Amino acid sequence: MKTTGQFLIGFNLFPLLNCSPSEKDPSILQAYSGIPERPHGGRDLIDSWIRLDAEGHVTILTGKKELGQGIRTALIQIAADELEVDIQRCHIINGDTGQTANEGYTSGSNSIEGSGKAIREAAAEAKLFLLQLASAKLECSLEDLNLSDGTIQGLRNKKTSYWELLDGQYYEKTISGEAPILDHKRHQYVGKPIPRADILELVKGKAHFVHDLRFTDMVHARVLHPPTYGARLLSIDKAKVEALPGVLGIFVDGSFIAVIAEREFQAVKAWEKLKEATVWEKPSINPLPDRLFADMRSKAQKPEIIEENKNTTSQINQSPFRLKSTYQRPYHMHGSAGPSCALAKWEEEKLTVWSPTQGAYPLQSTLADLFQVELTNIRCIGVPGSGCYGHNGADDVSAEAALIAKAFPGKTIRLQWMREDEHQWEPYGSAMIMELEAGVSKEGMIQAWDSKIWSDSHSTRPRGDAGHFISARNLENPFEFKKGGFSGGAYRNAIPLYDIPALNLKLFNYDGPLRSSALRGLGAYANIFALESFMDELAEASDMDPFAFRINNLKDERAIAVLEELKSKVNWNAMGRSGNKGYGIAFAKYKNTAAYFALMAEVEKDPERKSFKLKRMVGVIEAGQCINPDGIINQTEGGMIQSASWTLIEAVKYDEHGVLSKDWNSYSILRTNDVPEVEVYVINRPELPPLGAGEAAQGPVAAAIANAVFDCTGTRVRELPITAEKINW
Amino acid sequence: MKKPLELRVNGAVKTVKVDPEEPLLYVLREEFGLNGPKYGCGLHQCGSCLVLVDGEASYTCRIPCASFEGKKIQSIEGLSNGDKLHVLQEAFFEVQAAQCGYCVNGMMIAALELLESKPNPNEQEIRSALNRVICRCGTHSRFIKAVKKATSSNSNL
Repeated sequence: MKTTGQFLIGFNLFPLLNCSPSEKDPSILQAYSGIPERPHGGRDLIDSWIRLDAEGHVTILTGKKELGQGIRTALIQIAADELEVDIQRCHIINGDTGQTANEGYTSGSNSIEGSGKAIREAAAEAKLFLLQLASAKLECSLEDLNLSDGTIQGLRNKKTSYWELLDGQYYEKTISGEAPILDHKRHQYVGKPIPRADILELVKGKAHFVHDLRFTDMVHARVLHPPTYGARLLSIDKAKVEALPGVLGIFVDGSFIAVIAEREFQAVKAWEKLKEATVWEKPSINPLPDRLFADMRSKAQKPEIIEENKNTTSQINQSPFRLKSTYQRPYHMHGSAGPSCALAKWEEEKLTVWSPTQGAYPLQSTLADLFQVELTNIRCIGVPGSGCYGHNGADDVSAEAALIAKAFPGKTIRLQWMREDEHQWEPYGSAMIMELEAGVSKEGMIQAWDSKIWSDSHSTRPRGDAGHFISARNLENPFEFKKGGFSGGAYRNAIPLYDIPALNLKLFNYDGPLRSSALRGLGAYANIFALESFMDELAEASDMDPFAFRINNLKDERAIAVLEELKSKVNWNAMGRSGNKGYGIAFAKYKNTAAYFALMAEVEKDPERKSFKLKRMVGVIEAGQCINPDGIINQTEGGMIQSASWTLIEAVKYDEHGVLSKDWNSYSILRTNDVPEVEVYVINRPELPPLGAGEAAQGPVAAAIANAVFDCTGTRVRELPITAEKINW
Repeated sequence: MKKPLELRVNGAVKTVKVDPEEPLLYVLREEFGLNGPKYGCGLHQCGSCLVLVDGEASYTCRIPCASFEGKKIQSIEGLSNGDKLHVLQEAFFEVQAAQCGYCVNGMMIAALELLESKPNPNEQEIRSALNRVICRCGTHSRFIKAVKKATSSNSNL
């Protein structure tokens, strides 16, 4: 077996996740002991995605990360079906620059569409290749072969197996993309709610997170982040902190300050002491919150023209019904429950980082820039973190751990961000303004639509430039943060799926006061909030039912199907309108390319208390071929509750001194007392390609709530969050 | 100053040499190798660090370990008996009550405390008990379902 670099058998970070068939028949499948580690050889090799060993195991390699969205299980289901093997044989390795292919970031709801497709094709290719080998060995044609769980039966009782064919051999085979894909009707696992094995580990308290990694040479670090953006260290009394028990060293480089200690609590105490021992020059943040949205408009430079039709304006002016509305979204936080954590070690000019990053390869290239070394000197091993929902502190904590490790070579540095580090330094979902104008015919057909969006960037993810790491900007020789072009994230889902003959879309890029980057859904959350609220406003003006108005303006059959299904599930026509309840619906196809989602929100008001409560949400999702229906339902329920929290109560607070939202008291999120009931129904279309589903709920939920609140109270709230104070009681 | 401290964790008594001021969380994770209780905020706001102490849920991220001497500490690691899962663990697994899983520890401990005093809680009581634990993935509805499932499994015994 050819290998390059280190040759490690059974290297595992944690005691193995063994889907042990010991209850059945221990003689059939030996315990899995991992695979020899070696770099992948390129995306077009089967070996980069699927490895079979002689003991009957299948290892799937994916560049995508498990973020809690269940892709480990879903990708295994895909591979097991395509290879036609028992799922118990299958194991998976995620996001490791030392082993897996470069799949960029796990983001954009692309894991099943991207990685799933590659794994499926690699598995199909591997199966075909092995069957061809079997056909030669058993001296019969492919058609005479009978395949069952890797055992291949030929004619005259001759048989072999995948495992036997592979014994002692190493095949380098490319993916042609032409191997036949298994008919979906023959799926054993895809389409079934196979339970996630890692949940079993979680309930037992087994090691799972990057936070759980332990090494014998491990020491604990904390970084004292500046008190606010752009603050500069003026003085530090190191002696004060060095005197504390267990402190092994303090590392100061410009305004980047870190302390390491033997025990974690000693690092925490040292961090607290560092606050007392440092003096900073603190610039003010501006504009202040009450001027933020006015500042967005006044600073608007020439807009980016995303879509333009010369008839839009005139068409709007000629329409019998014309409407213009403006919507607003504040900064929102990822708010990971477990603050970001990473480990790093420098040994003989080589860096290893254990990171919860969404992108092991982009992290690797950005670290290469930070340290000015070759890529081959850096290995980034992805390990699950707490849910990140986009670009949170994961990449920054990784870079900081690496910087500290460089100062203390030979030791494994474990760096854990404190709660306030995560709350104050993560890049937020950008504040946005959406201004919509449309014209509707007497028959309720939208004739023209004009959109203007103001927004800061929806992606400042590291992509090879160290200046994207916050701490790299604080070094003595700082890296410059070149924001670069504003990505298309801001106008994601701003183009309605509805059939509109004339459409304009302009984007005003705004360089805002707070750090911003990708938060689940990117611009889609606010854009669908605006668009689908506006659709209800237009439906009202046209005196049409919200379902009817939307269906009237849709050509996409699958979009109509989710709306019809929702209507039927909630029994919309028969729903009573009892005084204090309100109902609102919304719909979107995520990115206009991924999953379809429609939902209804039910709100109940309490006029005496001048309050309202979100009681229930019912959603219907269609994501093409559904790999794991329970996985999709879990993610959709989760997205619904998370988006409800953003919509009802969240907004990052700051003043001139800095971000004020620094813990769960100063930035509340929905807790169990207040979460609504959620129901999700999946429409499975196994004959169609799978579509990304993880972000489908975010936008529609916001609009459905706004629409329900309007239905209930008569107040149209266009500025998030939707709170009781904004209702006209 | 490290001092010997006798702690009873998951049914086993062990003497560890630690700073008595050190919060129990770090002792449990470092000396006892536990993964259940986690750091989430260090401020008693999120419930990530909860364990059962004499049957009641307790934060561990700030309270000195010395305060726990002589008490019966139980983490989620102590729930299963070899391969046999506790009814709550089974319920959480069957309902697939997790997305990222970071809050599963807190949710389970909060649920266990509830079930100690109320073997058959209603939905509002379940919501109240779990309210002290932060979940950002929006898995709340599954936790409520899992606790209900655990109680109905219990009542079948």
